[in-house]
Amino acid sequence: MAEFQNLFNRVQVRAPGDPGVALPRGRVRRTGEGRASYLFGLIGDAQVGPVYLGWAGVASLLCGFVAIEIIGLNMWASVSWDPIQFVRQLPWLALEPPAPEHGIGIPPLGEGGWWLMAGFFLTASIFLWWMRMYQRARDLGLGTHVAWAFASAIWLYLVLGFIRPVLMGSWAEAVPFGIFPHLDWTAAFSIRYGNLFYNPFHMLSIAFLYGSTLLFAMHGATILAVSRFGGDREIEQVTDRGTAAERSALFWRWTMGFNASMESIHRWAWWFAVLCPLTGGIGILLTGTVVDNWYLWAVKHGVAPAYPAVLPPVVDPMTPGGP
Amino acid sequence: MNRPSRPFVGVLLAAGTLLLLACERPPMEATQGDFRGLGVEQVRNPRLAQRTLDANVSPDPMPAVEAAGQPASAVYQNVPLLGHQDVADFNRLMGAIYQWVSPQQGCTYCHEGGFANDDAYTKIVSRRMIQMTQRINAEWKDHVGDTGVTCYTCHRGQNVPARVWSHGEDPGRPFLGAQAGQNAPAYEVGLTSLPGDPFTAFLSGESADIRIQSQTVLPAGSERNIKDAEWTYGLMVHLSEALGVNCTHCHNSRAFSPWEQSSPARVKAWHAIRMVREINDEYMESIADVLPPHRLGPAGDVLKVNCATCHQGLPKPLQGVSLLQHYPGLARELARADDGATDVDDPLPGDPEVGEEVSGGS
Repeated sequence: MAEFQNLFNRVQVRAPGDPGVALPRGRVRRTGEGRASYLFGLIGDAQVGPVYLGWAGVASLLCGFVAIEIIGLNMWASVSWDPIQFVRQLPWLALEPPAPEHGIGIPPLGEGGWWLMAGFFLTASIFLWWMRMYQRARDLGLGTHVAWAFASAIWLYLVLGFIRPVLMGSWAEAVPFGIFPHLDWTAAFSIRYGNLFYNPFHMLSIAFLYGSTLLFAMHGATILAVSRFGGDREIEQVTDRGTAAERSALFWRWTMGFNASMESIHRWAWWFAVLCPLTGGIGILLTGTVVDNWYLWAVKHGVAPAYPAVLPPVVDPMTPGGP
Repeated sequence: MNRPSRPFVGVLLAAGTLLLLACERPPMEATQGDFRGLGVEQVRNPRLAQRTLDANVSPDPMPAVEAAGQPASAVYQNVPLLGHQDVADFNRLMGAIYQWVSPQQGCTYCHEGGFANDDAYTKIVSRRMIQMTQRINAEWKDHVGDTGVTCYTCHRGQNVPARVWSHGEDPGRPFLGAQAGQNAPAYEVGLTSLPGDPFTAFLSGESADIRIQSQTVLPAGSERNIKDAEWTYGLMVHLSEALGVNCTHCHNSRAFSPWEQSSPARVKAWHAIRMVREINDEYMESIADVLPPHRLGPAGDVLKVNCATCHQGLPKPLQGVSLLQHYPGLARELARADDGATDVDDPLPGDPEVGEEVSGGS
C-alpha cells in the first residue's frame, strides 16, 4: 500500500458511484447511475457517468447531428453513394462554401446552400453546448472559467466561418467542411494574403500556442516532481504552503530566476490557452479586411528583412519593357 | 477487474508500428539554393530520385550518316515540312521517329499505301506534331533552350504520351455533393484536395489569371479570393510534382509573388506555361477532328499536354540530354531556310486545318 500514499498512483478504488451535489430545483435528472471502467481509470477517474444532458445538451446534440448529416451526406453523394469510396476518400471529401458570385446571399442548396445550412446547425450546436457548460458550472457552484475558455475557441471559429466572410461580403472566403480541404484552404488563405506568418496576431497566437504547451509541460512536470512531498495535493498547497510548494518554487527560481506561485500558474495556463485563439481570431479578422498582403505589410514596417542576392537577378516577364 | 489482455496490447503496438511503414524511408538530402538560412532548398530522397533518373534515360541517337547530296524533296513526294533536308538526314529522322513513337507498328503506323499517301490519320497528326516540334525548338528557346525537344521527349516509345490530360466529365449542378472541381484525391495535383484539373483553367483556351497576391499592403480593390488561390495552388503543385522539385525551385516561399526574390527557373516556368497553352490551343486542338474516338478523352476532347508530359518527374526532361542536335530537321531554322516561315497559323497541305482533305484522310 506504499503506493497509495501518493495521490498519483495506479490503485483503482471501487466503491458506489458518487452522484455529486444535488441539482437545483426544476433541472432535468441526470442520466445513468455511474459505473467503473478500468481503462478510464488508467488515464483518469474510473467512474463513468452519470451524465447530465438537459435540454441544451439534447438540443446541441440534435443540431450537431443535423450538421454532421448534411456534411456527411454531401460527401457521400460526391462519391456517387459508393460506401467503399466514401471511407477511402473521406479525408479528401468536403462540403464547399458557395462560389464568390453568391456574395453573402443565400445560394441554391446544391451551390453552397447546404454549406450555409450545415454552418448554421453546427454553430447552433456549439452555442448550445456552450450554454450547457456555463449552466453545468453554475449548477455545481463553480466559476465559469471553462465556458469562457471555450468561448475563446468559438470566437476563432466564428471569425473564420461567419464574421470575416460577412465583412468581406462573400461566403466564398469561409472554410470548407472537410479534413484535407480545410488544411488546403488554410494554406491557400495564407498564400492569397501574402503569408500569414508575417501577421503579428498570427505570431502572437503561435507564441501562445507553443507557450501553452510549454507551460503545461513545466507545470505538469513540476507537480509530478514534488508529489513525493505532497505537491499532488496542489490546491492545499495554495493555502497552506508546504515543502512541495517551497521546493518547486525554489527549483524555478534557481533555474530561471522567477517562479509562478501554486495559484498563479493556473492563471498563466488559462490565459495562454485563451489568448491563442483570441489573438489568432484577431489576426484572421484583419486579413483581407484591413491588410491585403502581410509580407508587404511586414516589409513596410521593418519586420521582414531583405537578404543578400545570391541568385542572378530576375525580372517579371510581364514588366513593360522587360524581357 | 477486467484488464486488457496481453495479445490485445500486442496487436495495438504492432498496428502502431505498421503505421510507420507508410512513411518514406530516410535519409533525405537537402541542397541549399539561395542565401544561407532561408530554407530555399531542394529536399529529395536519393533512393527514390534514382528511380526517376532510371526511368528517364535518353535513347542513343541513330548512327550519323553521310550526306547524300540531294534534298528529300528530290527523292520523295509530299514532304512539305522536311523536304529541304538532305535525304540521308531525312531517312535517319524517319527511322528515329518510328523508334520514338511506333516501335511496335513500324513505318506503316503512319505510311499506308505509299509514302506520299496522306490517308492515315496518324500521318496527318505526325506532320502537325513535327511542325509543333520545330516551332517549340525555334520559338520557345526561352523555355527549351538549346537542348530542345524531339518526339521522344513526350512519346517515350508510345503512340500516345503517357502523361496527358483531357477535360473531366461535366458534373453538372448536382443537388447534393457538388465538389466545385476539388475535394477528391487527384494525382495531377499531388494527391491534395486542391482543384484536380487546373489545366483547363490555366493551360488551355482563355487562361484564368494565375497571380493571386495583392501588390499593395492594404486592400485596394483586388477581386482575387481564396478559391482563386486554391486553383493557382493546384497548378503550382502540378508544376512541382511534374518536375520533382519543391516550391523553392522557383520561389522564395516567404513571398511567392516578388520576382526579385525568385530564381531564374521561375522565368523559364513562366514561358513554359505560355508554351503549353500554345501547344494545346494551336496544335492539339487542331488535330482533334482527325483523331478517331478512341484517341480522345472521356469527354470527347483531344488529349492535351501539361508539364509532366515532357518532364516526367525531372527538372530537365530526360536528364537534360539533347537529342535534337542529332536531328536538325526538327529545329525550325532549316525549315525556314527552304519554304519560308511556316508560322503557327499557316495550314499546310494535308494539314488538319484544311478541312476537306482531312476528312477524306481520316
